[in-house]
Amino acid sequence: MSRAQFEERFFGIARWVVIVFLAVITIVPFYYMLLLSVKPIDSLLVDPGSLWVSSKDFTLDTYRSVLKSTEDGGQGFLGMLGNSALVAVATVLLTLAAAVPGAYAVSRLKFFGSRHVSALFLAVYLFPATLLAVPLFVMFAKMGLSGSLVGLAIVYIAQTVPVSIYMMKNYFVTIPFSIEEAAAIDGASRLQTVRKVILPLALPTLMATGLYVFMIAWNEFLFALLFLAADPDKWTVSLGLQQLANGIEVSKTVLMAGSVILTIPVVILFFASERLLTEGLTSGADKG
Amino acid sequence: MSTKTSGATVRRGRPRTTSSRENRAGLAFVTPTFLVVLVVVILPILWTVLLAFQNAKLVDIQENGLFGNWTLDNFQQVFGSPGFWSSLGTTLLYTVGATAGSILLGLVAALALRKPFRGRGILRASMLLPYVAPVVAVSFVWEVALSPQYGIVNEWGGKLLGWDDPIAFLSTRSYEVSLLGAHFDIPLALLTVIAFESWRYFPFAFLFMLARLQAVPDSLEEAAEVDGATLSQRFRHILLPQMMPVIALLSVLRFIMTFNKFDDIYLLTGGGSGTDVVAVRVYDFLTSRFDVGAASAQALILALVLMVLLGLYFMFFGKKVQEEQA
Repeated sequence: MSRAQFEERFFGIARWVVIVFLAVITIVPFYYMLLLSVKPIDSLLVDPGSLWVSSKDFTLDTYRSVLKSTEDGGQGFLGMLGNSALVAVATVLLTLAAAVPGAYAVSRLKFFGSRHVSALFLAVYLFPATLLAVPLFVMFAKMGLSGSLVGLAIVYIAQTVPVSIYMMKNYFVTIPFSIEEAAAIDGASRLQTVRKVILPLALPTLMATGLYVFMIAWNEFLFALLFLAADPDKWTVSLGLQQLANGIEVSKTVLMAGSVILTIPVVILFFASERLLTEGLTSGADKG
Repeated sequence: MSTKTSGATVRRGRPRTTSSRENRAGLAFVTPTFLVVLVVVILPILWTVLLAFQNAKLVDIQENGLFGNWTLDNFQQVFGSPGFWSSLGTTLLYTVGATAGSILLGLVAALALRKPFRGRGILRASMLLPYVAPVVAVSFVWEVALSPQYGIVNEWGGKLLGWDDPIAFLSTRSYEVSLLGAHFDIPLALLTVIAFESWRYFPFAFLFMLARLQAVPDSLEEAAEVDGATLSQRFRHILLPQMMPVIALLSVLRFIMTFNKFDDIYLLTGGGSGTDVVAVRVYDFLTSRFDVGAASAQALILALVLMVLLGLYFMFFGKKVQEEQA
């Protein structure tokens, strides 16, 4: 067998081994999460290795207990879902409002400093979130915003503006100039052009960017921990889950139900928009 | 590119030149973004610099002015404290390990999923799950799965691989392994968080590399195949050079992100068992000692180290990457 033949055969098999391996490491953890969330804690302790739940063990009590409000003896995740949704939606709106004009300017207009803007916004990433956390923590404590969901949304903008500008800029440059020129000849001002011509055309990227920002805000943990830990009414789902896991003894299976509840909204959004999102993120990657 | 407005100023009443109008419009459009970045990023960073040079505790920060009471105490304290240097070392190990891990795994995944097969679309989508799922949820799943008492990994490890005792992956600082009669100590908890980080972020690398791979023209490879190049030779001499720019970019991005990472490690180990990266130390100084000054000083040093490393990288490799691209 020649070397070429050997390699064809070897990598042909190796490819399937890799594919199976990748499927296992990405799907099994989530299956495991789902599985434990519908088991009573006893059956987990009796047989930790089991990859199945028998129909007589199957229970949804975990979900009931995690969703019920704290007054009714539950963990109050329903309220936390509301908080998370509020923060995430506010972050999306604020970020888009701040980033759309910026991305448009960077992609279309030559102005003083235009070549440095993207670099400046990317430089944000150089600084650890913990570096921003210190002054923001102090600032918010001073302003009395430290227990506030709005304050949290404001902080998240900082985390999401650079990626948003990057994603939208890559899309804006693909919209032909001539469309804008046509609008200008028809007498539209630049602001009108952006609102009536560019934004409708850029809807896919607005969606993709918005979804990505939503995910970042929904998943965020550090700032929620810093600003809201003292105020259980304001906990987001991420923070609530961590606090419960660390605090008083709540059974692991109930916490798993909490994990599923935290994960599901993001996963649904993601699968609904996977193509849009990955294209938005990686556009420009093939140019190296 | 000229931004001069002389034409408009000399002959008053005439409309401004196009470039000057564009300049004004550009600045106007960038202003909202810039203001936001100024308020939530630039000003806080400047304030951190000030705080790092002040004796600031959270309780007396109300009385402290913005300026004055300069001191180098924080830096003395940080550099003098025994844990700092080792935690900087841990941060580096963790960052290099997780960056390399996620990029390698991403590359392998991109190569394996390059050619279409049944179910590729759904597999590609589900491979992104670790990246999009909330960190609190996935770190909790890992914690439970790796638990020595009720974790599935130890249970199966015992059954299939014949482990004698359950292994406490997340709380073992060093674990003795014997290989061919020799004994090694491996930093188990650190390796576990590196594995976690590689797992969580390989989809990101995978996405970018798959996009790049699919843009490589088929003719290149076909020509090499006709010339008798084997699969591995085609990878080494054709695909890899094509991928280099994207790999370099991903390395920088992942390095920066991982270097500053806080939540993944905090959630998995709380920074114990040899996983005390600087970001977690900053958090500890801030919340358990309320020592704002020392926390700021450490965060500042972390950012400076990162900048020096990036500077070195671009000095030595920046040119090379550009040449590869050209």
